Amino acid sequence: MANVKVVLPGDIVDTQSDGEAVLRLGPGLVQHNDDIQATTGGVLHASSDTNQWWVGSNRRRYVAAEGEPVVGVVVGRHGEGYRVDIGSAHDALLPLLAFEGATKRNKPNLAIGAAVYARVAVANSMMDPEIECVNAHTGKSEGFGELHAGFVFRCSLGLARRLLSASSPVLAALGAELAYEAAVGVNGRVWVKAGSPEKTILVVNAIRNSEHLDSRQCKQMVKELLDRQSL
Amino acid sequence: MVAEIEPSNIERSFLLESLEKGIRVDGRGIYDYRTLKISCGPTAGLVEVQLGQTRVLARVSCEVTRPFPDRPTEGIVQFNAELSSMCAPGFDSSGKPSAQEVAVTRMLERVIRQSRAVDTEALCILAGEKVWTVRIDIHFLDHGGNLVDAASVAAIAALRHFRRPDVTVDGEEAIIHDVRERNPVPLSIHHTPVCVTFGFFGEAMMVLDTSLLEEQTQVSSFTVTLNSHREVCALNKAGGIPLSPGQIQRCIQIALAKVDELNEKIQEAIKQ
Repeated sequence: MANVKVVLPGDIVDTQSDGEAVLRLGPGLVQHNDDIQATTGGVLHASSDTNQWWVGSNRRRYVAAEGEPVVGVVVGRHGEGYRVDIGSAHDALLPLLAFEGATKRNKPNLAIGAAVYARVAVANSMMDPEIECVNAHTGKSEGFGELHAGFVFRCSLGLARRLLSASSPVLAALGAELAYEAAVGVNGRVWVKAGSPEKTILVVNAIRNSEHLDSRQCKQMVKELLDRQSL
Repeated sequence: MVAEIEPSNIERSFLLESLEKGIRVDGRGIYDYRTLKISCGPTAGLVEVQLGQTRVLARVSCEVTRPFPDRPTEGIVQFNAELSSMCAPGFDSSGKPSAQEVAVTRMLERVIRQSRAVDTEALCILAGEKVWTVRIDIHFLDHGGNLVDAASVAAIAALRHFRRPDVTVDGEEAIIHDVRERNPVPLSIHHTPVCVTFGFFGEAMMVLDTSLLEEQTQVSSFTVTLNSHREVCALNKAGGIPLSPGQIQRCIQIALAKVDELNEKIQEAIKQ
């Protein structure tokens, strides 16, 4: 295993920078006078080509960051948009026009309690986050929008990020045997839809179980769940 | 303050759709309990219960006080349960307790106090002057659904696990022995009541041991309190859709089977 450096909150991080190149600090690191201090516990990561440093840690509370896909639940409607709960400290705003093909005459009509898959458009510590169900540049929905049927469940943020990576072992193992759709929100919420309730529950349980398993164990676990189901 | 997070419409309709086929969202059978884990702590009378995601901590302590004037020969059992925002975002301990908090607290108080599980006559030291006050504190650590069942198991296990200091009465004098001098003695418990809670979703759909999502979706809930002697101590139904006598009988029969399992687990945990 390569040099894995674990930091605790308050540790001073030595980035060995010569003070000239621009250093980018990601989540978990903050500049304090001339030092760089870790604010969360976790593994220190550095990317040498973009000179970015961050602390990777697993937690369940989501802090909105721009550009991330999230699954939210509509909790209210007011004036120009919807208020959507995405699990962060404040509810997010979803403007009525932030949908594909929406105009002043043709606005979407979401019920209270509807689930949506959206992208975080604006997120900073001073304002409520804003989300959108459309790509602002192309005008296409690109998979975002209201989610129909299926089931939504919660998981940790680390698991959600792993599911979104291209080589998620549990999703690949499930996809080899079952047909299903899934929308993963980085806020720790996942939407799943399969052919029947039993299949959906199987996918949900498989994803939940895969939190601490490596890829070989994932394949084994999925196989066991499928065998037990068809008996 | 963060208000309670309501589940989405998708979650509710999926739950009801699956229940119509007799399947529960977490893969359990409709009359299955979640994994119950009871750990009796290092101190006597400290018990933590995990029922699936729900975690409850019960703590029993005692002190010597004056008895109530109208009951000079009986000890006192005091009960305290608080739902704080540690267990779920909707609970706020600073404001007025919500209807659900009051319901859970009153239910547990009935189970412990009014079912006379603890022998209060045995708590008397000197009639009219000194009696033991046994205090049970329940802390809800995590709300994963069905707080009442988990808390009732925790409370009764803690009472059975607890040891009070030994007392010798010599005429008008009572000597309370330090726990290091003489082994502390257990409380005298008449019987072990436990709660079994059912959730209803309309049209004869009923499950045992509701998870949090099921609890937020249910239209009615019904709690049966039984002890190991197969006696019904209490029935509790607060609001919701009406139940027929046949349904109530069926619930009691199922609860009778489950109570034996629960009692066995409590016995095992206390022995350790």
